[in-house]
Amino acid sequence: MSAEAVVADHGHDEHATTTGLSHTKLAMWVFLGSECLLFGGLISTYLLYKTRGNGRTLPTDVFDIPFTSVSSFVLLMSSLTMVLALSAVSRGEAEAGRTWLLATALLGGVFIGGQVYEFTSFVREGVAFTTNPASSAFFTLTGFHGVHVSLGIVMLMSLFVASLKGKLTQRNAETVEIVGLYWHFVDIVWIFIFTVIYLIPAD
Amino acid sequence: MAIVEKTPLELGPGDSVRYAERPLGVFTRPQGGRGWRDWLSTVDHKRIGILYGVSAMFFFLVGGVEALLIRLQLAAPEGSVLSADVYNQVYTMHGVTMVFLFIMPLAAAFANYFIPLQIGARDVAFPRLNALSFWIWLSGAIFLNTSWMVGGGGADCGWFCYSTNSGVAFSPSHGVDFYAIGLQILGIASLVSSVNLIVTCLNMRAPGMTLMRMPVLTWMLLITQFLLLFALPVITVALFLLMFDRLFDAQFFNPDAGADPLLWQHLFWIFGHPEVYIIILPAFGVVSEVIPTFSRKPLFGYEFMVFSGIAIGFMGWGVWTHHMFVSGIGPISVAAFSLSTMFIAVPTGVKVLNWLATMWGGKLRFTVAMKFAVATVAMFTIGGLSGVTHSVAPADTQQTDTYYIVAHFHYVIFGGGVLGLFAGLYFWWPKVWGHFLNERLGNWHFWIMLVGFNLTFGPMHILGLQGMSRRIDTYARGYGFEFWNMAATVGSLLIAVAVAIFLWNVVKSKRDAPHLPPPGPDPWDGRTLEWSIPSPVPVHNFDTVPQVHGRDEWWHTKYAENDEGKVVRVATVEEAAQTGEATGVHLPSPSFWPLAVAIGLPLIGYGLIFNLWLALIGALLTIASLYSWALEPVDDPDAAHDHHEEDHQEAQEADNDGDEQ
Repeated sequence: MSAEAVVADHGHDEHATTTGLSHTKLAMWVFLGSECLLFGGLISTYLLYKTRGNGRTLPTDVFDIPFTSVSSFVLLMSSLTMVLALSAVSRGEAEAGRTWLLATALLGGVFIGGQVYEFTSFVREGVAFTTNPASSAFFTLTGFHGVHVSLGIVMLMSLFVASLKGKLTQRNAETVEIVGLYWHFVDIVWIFIFTVIYLIPAD
Repeated sequence: MAIVEKTPLELGPGDSVRYAERPLGVFTRPQGGRGWRDWLSTVDHKRIGILYGVSAMFFFLVGGVEALLIRLQLAAPEGSVLSADVYNQVYTMHGVTMVFLFIMPLAAAFANYFIPLQIGARDVAFPRLNALSFWIWLSGAIFLNTSWMVGGGGADCGWFCYSTNSGVAFSPSHGVDFYAIGLQILGIASLVSSVNLIVTCLNMRAPGMTLMRMPVLTWMLLITQFLLLFALPVITVALFLLMFDRLFDAQFFNPDAGADPLLWQHLFWIFGHPEVYIIILPAFGVVSEVIPTFSRKPLFGYEFMVFSGIAIGFMGWGVWTHHMFVSGIGPISVAAFSLSTMFIAVPTGVKVLNWLATMWGGKLRFTVAMKFAVATVAMFTIGGLSGVTHSVAPADTQQTDTYYIVAHFHYVIFGGGVLGLFAGLYFWWPKVWGHFLNERLGNWHFWIMLVGFNLTFGPMHILGLQGMSRRIDTYARGYGFEFWNMAATVGSLLIAVAVAIFLWNVVKSKRDAPHLPPPGPDPWDGRTLEWSIPSPVPVHNFDTVPQVHGRDEWWHTKYAENDEGKVVRVATVEEAAQTGEATGVHLPSPSFWPLAVAIGLPLIGYGLIFNLWLALIGALLTIASLYSWALEPVDDPDAAHDHHEEDHQEAQEADNDGDEQ
């Protein structure tokens, strides 16, 4: 999928019969539309259940907001490095591109590490997956997000390896852009989750 | 061509390809051919459409047998054909099979086959993803049905699978696990195919084919894909929650722990009501093609048809709670959803009136396809009207969970959806197979099915209003249910006879085909681009990509108005149609990887239920196949390419064996 693709001019008819986006990029946008509803369903489920503790500890009781703020910051910074990776690859700077791809994956990895730590400490404090509806909903929502970040890391590392093998050139910088779309989407979802789940207090 | 990038599908007619033999991973890159292996690796949208259609008809028979078991059980009071437990499984699997394994894939067959043809494209945007959709769908369908063999019986919670009935306490067999995981697998298939077809419609239209010139079938299928795109993730969430509850002891649907069973109902119906339109809109599209063709008139109010389809697509998201009027959701919700449910009848009514106006004053030809289309309009209208009665919440309170509801949704799904798709089968059969379905047998099929259908589901209105509950496995004597239940059972047997006639028609018309004149490219005097190319469709679809100047492009190629405003023929089919003789057209290479990915998914499903090691094997197979897929070039790089239009002649001479034929 080349970045310099152009809409061919076909003379006799001015009307566009294509969106002007490449198939793959359009497909990613369409897929992300679907993902909104997936996270919408999970967030709604959590909001419905967040105070239903069945007499046991609620996730909101054990939240460590300063810690999660730091790991959220790390994840948001990975969007910056993602942009720098795309910029480097589209300028043809393979080495810089690899550096930023790796940095993005590492920042994502730190976020996942933070989530693993958070989950285990919650379990120690008495909030496990099966404790109550609130905890089931919390772990499912944040777990789904974590799986999305992990898949993103797999994609980034695949790009990294492809670049090492010399297969990621300026010509297919759009692939980086498409992975970037996914990565930014997952970040934006986290902004929602962090705000709605962690910052808005349970009443 | 207005195409963004130089991927294989968009090359001009002069481009050529040979399938190069090159081992990649464990498989040799498959080549075009004619054997059964070629069906396993095909990426041709037409073959994938046929695979969808044939598999859907198989599951139609499976679901049909389940329906007959239900009707035999209920034919007389105190029926004893099935035990109560098995009865629950049979009606659940009947619903699941007919919705997810028959109507949706049959609509997918039409979408795969005809969207590229109607928009003048050589294939869909992602041919391998298209193959993936089908194989995942098939693996999910097989997975779902193996619960009869290895899961201790089918799911027994109804197709909507309400909590808390779906919990381990009330449904201890693995049936519901198979339901939860099987529907997730089917959901992946539909999601992939919706992304693929949306991109196809938006990006791959032939020059001049603006959105408002797209045939209505393609429009309705496009709207359907958007509904799938947004509805599936919602049921995916619900199914995950259910699976976590059953397999990993989560607390989503455990009322003892303070969970709310209504959560499932909301999530399910936010998916479930758009699903109703996912089922009916493709049939609306088919009817909107068949009626103008056999009325010799353009579709009345094309813009209104398109926009009412879009309106149905939007409003379909705002009516789900009418499935839940008796679940105690409060007067404001009930009032709001009553009103939105009444409103959604408006765009549907617009469609019905436009079909009637299309026929008004037309030169009607009542072929079997036309009869099915007209019957679709009539039967759907009956179902739609009983649907409006549900929007009146006090009346709905009486109707809920009675056979009145069963009657209603069979009138819309069978009377609308299934009859509409049968119209499409008779209409496009010559295009797909190169021979007609026999019209005489088709008439028997039509009339017996129409009578049988009304005899089966008409009486259910009466039974429901008399108070007969849905989902009961038997009923006592003396409630006045005997006569109409027997009538419904007789009707269901008539439907079975009609389906048998259809299958016989398929066999007989193929057998008779060599002795009959071939249908030619345009047997019905059609209006859209698929009728401008030979029947059966050549593997490359279009010799040259058509230039579109208006709606009903093919019709206007054949006819024009003379000075007196009369329609006169300006070109015969033989003059105007493409010959399909282009050779060396560049086509996407087949691949085995979609099939390999799809085989991994049910293994993960079995693994989650029985043994996690199996899930690991399935996951490894899927991941390895996905990577092999990603590393496999879309098209064989060693294949002979020729990107210059002016070299067409040489390429044709040099590569006469390049075409798959």
